[in-house]
Amino acid sequence: MAIALSHAEGGGRGGASAPPVLRIEGLSKSFGGAQALDNVSLTVRHGEVHGLLGQNGSGKSTLIKILSGFHSPDGSPKIEIDGRSVSLPVSLAALRANGVSFVHQHLGLLPSLTVLENLLLSDFAAENRWYVDWRAEARRARRLFERYDIRLEPTSPLADLTPVERAQLAIVRAFDEVTRDKGQALTRGLLVLDEPTPFLPAQDVDALFKLIRGIVADGASVIFVSHDIDEVLEITDRATVLRDGRVAGVFETAATSKAEVIRLIVGEHVDLEALRPAAKELAAPSIVISGLSGGSLGPFSVSLAPGEVVGLTGLIGSGYDEVVYMTYGAAAAAAGAIEIDGVRSEIASLTPRLSIARGCVLIPGDRLAAGAVASLSVKENLNQPVMESVSRAWALSDAKLARNAAALVGRFDVRPRDPAILFASLSGGNQQKVLLAKWFQTRPRLILLDEPTQGVDIGARAQVFAAIAEAARQGAAVLCASSDYEQLTAICDRVLIFNRGRVAQELVGAQISKPAIAEACYKIE
Amino acid sequence: MIKTRAAGEGARARQTWGDWFERLALLLVWAATIALFGALRPDSFLTWSNFATILGSQSVIVVIALGLIVPLTAGDYDLSIASNLTFAATILAVLNVNHGLPIGVAIAAALAAGLAVGLVNGFFVLYFRMNSLIVTMGVGTFAHGLTLWLGDQQTISGVSDRLVNAVIVDRFLGVPLGFYYALILCAILWYVLSYTALGRRLLFVGRGRDVARLSGIAVDRVRLGGFVCSGLMGAVAGILYVGTTAAADPSSGLTFLLPAFAAAFLGATSINPGRFNPWGTIISVYFLVTGITGLSILGVSTFVQDLFYGGALVIAVTLSQIVRGREERLA
Repeated sequence: MAIALSHAEGGGRGGASAPPVLRIEGLSKSFGGAQALDNVSLTVRHGEVHGLLGQNGSGKSTLIKILSGFHSPDGSPKIEIDGRSVSLPVSLAALRANGVSFVHQHLGLLPSLTVLENLLLSDFAAENRWYVDWRAEARRARRLFERYDIRLEPTSPLADLTPVERAQLAIVRAFDEVTRDKGQALTRGLLVLDEPTPFLPAQDVDALFKLIRGIVADGASVIFVSHDIDEVLEITDRATVLRDGRVAGVFETAATSKAEVIRLIVGEHVDLEALRPAAKELAAPSIVISGLSGGSLGPFSVSLAPGEVVGLTGLIGSGYDEVVYMTYGAAAAAAGAIEIDGVRSEIASLTPRLSIARGCVLIPGDRLAAGAVASLSVKENLNQPVMESVSRAWALSDAKLARNAAALVGRFDVRPRDPAILFASLSGGNQQKVLLAKWFQTRPRLILLDEPTQGVDIGARAQVFAAIAEAARQGAAVLCASSDYEQLTAICDRVLIFNRGRVAQELVGAQISKPAIAEACYKIE
Repeated sequence: MIKTRAAGEGARARQTWGDWFERLALLLVWAATIALFGALRPDSFLTWSNFATILGSQSVIVVIALGLIVPLTAGDYDLSIASNLTFAATILAVLNVNHGLPIGVAIAAALAAGLAVGLVNGFFVLYFRMNSLIVTMGVGTFAHGLTLWLGDQQTISGVSDRLVNAVIVDRFLGVPLGFYYALILCAILWYVLSYTALGRRLLFVGRGRDVARLSGIAVDRVRLGGFVCSGLMGAVAGILYVGTTAAADPSSGLTFLLPAFAAAFLGATSINPGRFNPWGTIISVYFLVTGITGLSILGVSTFVQDLFYGGALVIAVTLSQIVRGREERLA
């Protein structure tokens, strides 16, 4: 990239002699042929907040997972913590001994325990203590909370805490873990904050940032992983941007504009017009969702014509991914109604069973836990929704069910072409084809999709797109929640971009392109 | 009952043979057990009357084990089934002996009691979202308390001859009719589990509750059906038990719980490996009792029963875990 590439690694605020807190060089990782990380380097200086930015699939989470010891890297990358060379994968305990601690998006707190018990959780996990002096621990916790101006009572149950208080607790705990270490002169620590903010309202984000500045002032360094450019620009000193598994650039925050950051994240304009579906003549809407709300979503309304494919997207926490589950009756909705071919139902009283009866189907993002039973065969999974119509409910015919499964496996090109094998033994792409076949054979009126090509290999992606397009051509309306802008570009007639639970922008027809969607997502004020 | 997998090429032949061996392994082990004891004690073990006794006396355990596999397939445990058995048996005896009601009415009341226990189990598990293990343990103990209270902690004897004749006295091919009742139940259950949409829904609910729910299956209704079915089967076992002993003993039926679980899990390692299945279950019951009978004919003491059933349960669960682990490694 032309802008703000910083190769000068010395001269951090920790003084010229201090080595960087973390230095990674030549980190690569591939998953079955897909290159998730390609020769990535990352340097975090002492006493800085370092942003890690990138779209979904850019390699951010793979990097964090390698750092936390969940994945092993390919080859032998060079990794130094505080100037000491370490080899990956390392155990969490060893990381902690080196002063590295993680706060993941879901915080890792146990809601049924108290604040103090949560604060001491990793102690209990890692070491045997035969006597816990609860009063002394509570005093220490109070001092800790006071120091960072957090109003928390050690004895209160975690369940009573607001989301921001939980995030504060998780961050203070991580800092406490690495700086408290008995007797050692270890005051430097590295905290990895992995998307700590997406579920917080704006004023709470400020409270969290105040805490982060507090612990940095006390000697910690922070890696701040986020989707949100505004937050990264506000809190970080420098940031590294990943794109398609490579470092797209490293910038000094103070000297960089938001537009430049967006360009780093999204990349140059790539010609994806060839991917776009041809413009369709759409009939009058057959499906109307109105006033849908619940959780952080809503109210949300949309009308869909038969054959129309509408994409839903936004950043994490914007609520776009909840729409499909609520519409289906799989997640609780507070209010809203859906009308399919003139038949109206209240969404709050819908169940998946009723939705299916009205011609609405869901293909969930989590294929193994929600889409199909992994320990049953492809044939059994395929026939589940149509047993009674393919055969008779009280006298199932193995031959008829096997014929139906074999026909579907052929039509959707599931490989291997053997309906008797276990669903779990298929690759991600073939699993998804089975799910599409399972539901598309019912000729649905409304198809709800969540991340339909997540974990699907490149070859199968085009087949999944083609299957969706074919279902639309036969008159189904499609609502597709996805954070994959390329996929939305490839299949959607319209894309709705969400922010804080509402539709902030709508892109139609020729306006839809990967950069346009990305810019719309990131530019929202 | 045995579904061959889709025909593969020649390369798959060996795997298919391995499959068949696994399916039939338990039958082979059973046959080997019979051959072993037959060789050791040909005069007392290898007699038709010995086999008739084995087949006839175990119909109660067969029915309980069959009752268990219905909720087990749906992913729920029913630990109340044995106390349900004694509960139904005592109600039958109290009504028939103490109150002089006709045997038909007493049987209907016993079935109603089993149904009620199943509904209570289902209500607590499904309405309050509790663990089935805990609920059925509590409900079972409660039902046992009711049993002791109703029957005044006594064994009630003198039940109608018509029931006793129909279960243990009348024979077909030398084997008491009770065995054939269990066989008929087994066949019905096999048909329902393998060849009806209901059976498939039960399996889906047990293997993936979220998947089942999102696929439009009324998960709670299916699970309730499982509990009601095991409740009714417990009552049927109670009726057979009264017929076998001509009396209602308030406590001895409780010892059937463990053999029934052992048979259900051991059965899931054969015929249709990895799934609870009726034929595997019935073979397991008879394999286990053959071993025990053989050992006692050899003069081994009665504690062998506990060694056999306890050991079989743990081994069976271990085997099914290995089967599952292998399936997961395939993935």
